[in-house]
Amino acid sequence: MSPVQTMPPRSYHIGKDDLGADILEVAMGPHHPSTHGVFRMDLKLDGETVVDLKPVFGYLHRNHEKIAEDITYPMSMPFTDRLDYLCGMTNNWAYALSAEKLIEIKVPERAEYIRVIVAELTRLVNHCLLIGFFVNDLGALGTPLLYALREREKILDLFEVLSGARMMVNYIRFGGVRCDPPDGWLKECQRIVDAFPAFLDEYETLLTENEIIIARAQNVGVVTREEAINFSLTGPMLRASGVNYDIRKVDRYGIYDRFDFKVPIGGHGDCYDRFMVRMLEMRQSVKILKQAIRDLPEGEIMGKAPKIFRPAPGEAYGRIEAPKGELGFYLISDGTPIPYRFKVRPPSFVNLTALRHMCLGHKVADAVIILGSIDIVLGEVDR
Amino acid sequence: MNNYFDLKLVELGRWIEAFFAHYPTLKLVVHLLLCTLPLALSFMGAFAFTTWLERKGLARIQNRPGPNRVGLFGLLQPIADGIKMLLKEDIVPERSDKLFHFLAPIMLMIPAMIGVGFLPLGDGLHALPLDSAIIFFFAISSLNTIAVFMAGWSSRNKYSLLGGMRAVAQMISYEIPLVLSAVAVIMMAGSLNAQEVVASQQISSWVGSGNILQEFFGRILGWNVFKPWGFAGFIFFFIAALAEANRSPFDLPEADSEIIAGHLTEYSGFKYAILFMGEYISAFAIAGIGVTLFLGGWNGPVFAGLPWFVLKLFSLFAVMIWIRGTLPRLRVDQLMGYAWKFLFPLAILNIFLAGFYHFLERQWGTAIAMLAGWLFGFGALQLAAIALSRLNQSPTIRSKRVYQLVE
Repeated sequence: MSPVQTMPPRSYHIGKDDLGADILEVAMGPHHPSTHGVFRMDLKLDGETVVDLKPVFGYLHRNHEKIAEDITYPMSMPFTDRLDYLCGMTNNWAYALSAEKLIEIKVPERAEYIRVIVAELTRLVNHCLLIGFFVNDLGALGTPLLYALREREKILDLFEVLSGARMMVNYIRFGGVRCDPPDGWLKECQRIVDAFPAFLDEYETLLTENEIIIARAQNVGVVTREEAINFSLTGPMLRASGVNYDIRKVDRYGIYDRFDFKVPIGGHGDCYDRFMVRMLEMRQSVKILKQAIRDLPEGEIMGKAPKIFRPAPGEAYGRIEAPKGELGFYLISDGTPIPYRFKVRPPSFVNLTALRHMCLGHKVADAVIILGSIDIVLGEVDR
Repeated sequence: MNNYFDLKLVELGRWIEAFFAHYPTLKLVVHLLLCTLPLALSFMGAFAFTTWLERKGLARIQNRPGPNRVGLFGLLQPIADGIKMLLKEDIVPERSDKLFHFLAPIMLMIPAMIGVGFLPLGDGLHALPLDSAIIFFFAISSLNTIAVFMAGWSSRNKYSLLGGMRAVAQMISYEIPLVLSAVAVIMMAGSLNAQEVVASQQISSWVGSGNILQEFFGRILGWNVFKPWGFAGFIFFFIAALAEANRSPFDLPEADSEIIAGHLTEYSGFKYAILFMGEYISAFAIAGIGVTLFLGGWNGPVFAGLPWFVLKLFSLFAVMIWIRGTLPRLRVDQLMGYAWKFLFPLAILNIFLAGFYHFLERQWGTAIAMLAGWLFGFGALQLAAIALSRLNQSPTIRSKRVYQLVE
């Protein structure tokens, strides 16, 4: 007889609630179909109702920040792709932006436009995926997800032509971008952007009025305006709670002040609003893209960056409106080519802090879609 | 011309039995085998085909090719899957209740197979020709709740347990609207015998009259689904059947995005295959009884009998696949609310509607009854549905949301 068999049978971890009914503890994850990576939710369930939730993460910790403190500034650029591995372009940009604050580098006009184009394309990619996975979490067996993936593939093909990689783009440099778009790229980009609203219309017709989606997502995982601010949520999650805060509008980094676009605001702060705000944001991104492609000037793509990037002692915090929220890089320089401190402010991680608050009192099935509506990528949460 | 196929099959059976005419015991055994074996084999074959149909159909809905490697259009994929399942290791969790873990697949398979036996597949093609077949069917088919819960409980896995709990709640709730919508049909047919229910679904004065048109339409227009109470009943029945068969959007017991695979989580290898097959065959059985009760059974013009039954069965299943590829899943409390607060009262109302129709038909004839039924009775059902959805504050009643676009 093996030692395992001689052990007394283990019961479920059972506690008692006020009525003496049993509480079931479920470790949801790290291997679970809808925890979006290796994330774990330690749930305490009363029947199907969540009475307590503890998020556990760190399974994907790769020491990103510490590694960055051992290598020179430009060498960290490819690592940033791996933070939020769905949105390499915006990660690159956020890092480049903070580095450009350390050493004043003038970014050429054309590079700024290209940055806006790739960043907004990234936003489309991210929101497409998020909405697809969100509806997948709601239980629609892959169909909306695969429709969304179809659109995403087109944009990833664009990225591949531009940078050589679909996701790990490593494209933006301090002071500009790595290479000029090849011939015909802009035309193709224009074609995809023009065709994109048709996809959004299709998606909206199929999903937003769907009674089951409304029943499942409305009034689930509510974060009020005050709570959203207190949790320091950013991005679509904050705007779904009714706060008008978009760093593209607040900081007007890059050349965002030149574009005509609006910020969609939700009123209820529930899963449905977070879903809808992203749908509407995609339309605004298409609007920005059309203007950027139209106005793209000729010229240099790289500014006058020093051969060796050696900033003077000091610190800089650069932040952008990444698809998931405020993505910031905090750099402290001690005058050497290697950063003294390299800190990432990841939007997924900060937004995740509201998870427990949103899930309590809801059902297991709701916990899954609430997690889906936060839009996390574990590469960014764990770093 | 009509029923030709069925008659030949029945003749074939008699011919085989005639060989054993001098051995009564052996004849009985052969008779039983002839009743059950073709049924079991053909439904297993149908299961294999349906897995292909489902994968291919879902794939086309989802804009991808689906299985296309094994055989023409991937038609041999189910066989390859079957072989794979057979060869896989059968993993039993260390601390599971091994006896019940083993019994659950069998327990699911047996009622499913018995349920199939009650279906009148064609004229005279009837494995269990009971006078109370429909009652028996519902009694037997509710047994698979126990099997699902056994699988969920014995696996000693929390997801399985949640799946099992959901399955019990769901199946017991939806059984009621399921049976209530069948009651209307039984009432109108005046019999619990499945063959008589089917026979009641042709316009008897037209069939056999010799007129080609009457002959043709007499076998279509008599289906219960073309009557006001039958149409409503069919919708209720179909919704409840989706839940009974654990099909999307009511596939909560095995909700893959929430509880991994529910009661199937800890099953592997051939036990998994059997559980899977059991679920499909119960779905067949439910769809088959739906065809029998509402879609005229094997009635149909030109080649009445088995071909029509198979056609209708697969059409219903195709609709199930279509729904699976389209709709998201309900939440567990919404699911129960939908059964008890919406389907249940409407199904009861439908019984009264059927009685009302029957009264009118006897007093003033079919035409008046039809007219009054569709205009008045169906209208009453719609009003009731609207009232119920207001009472339950269904999501469509809530105000539409407006999103601001600000600078």
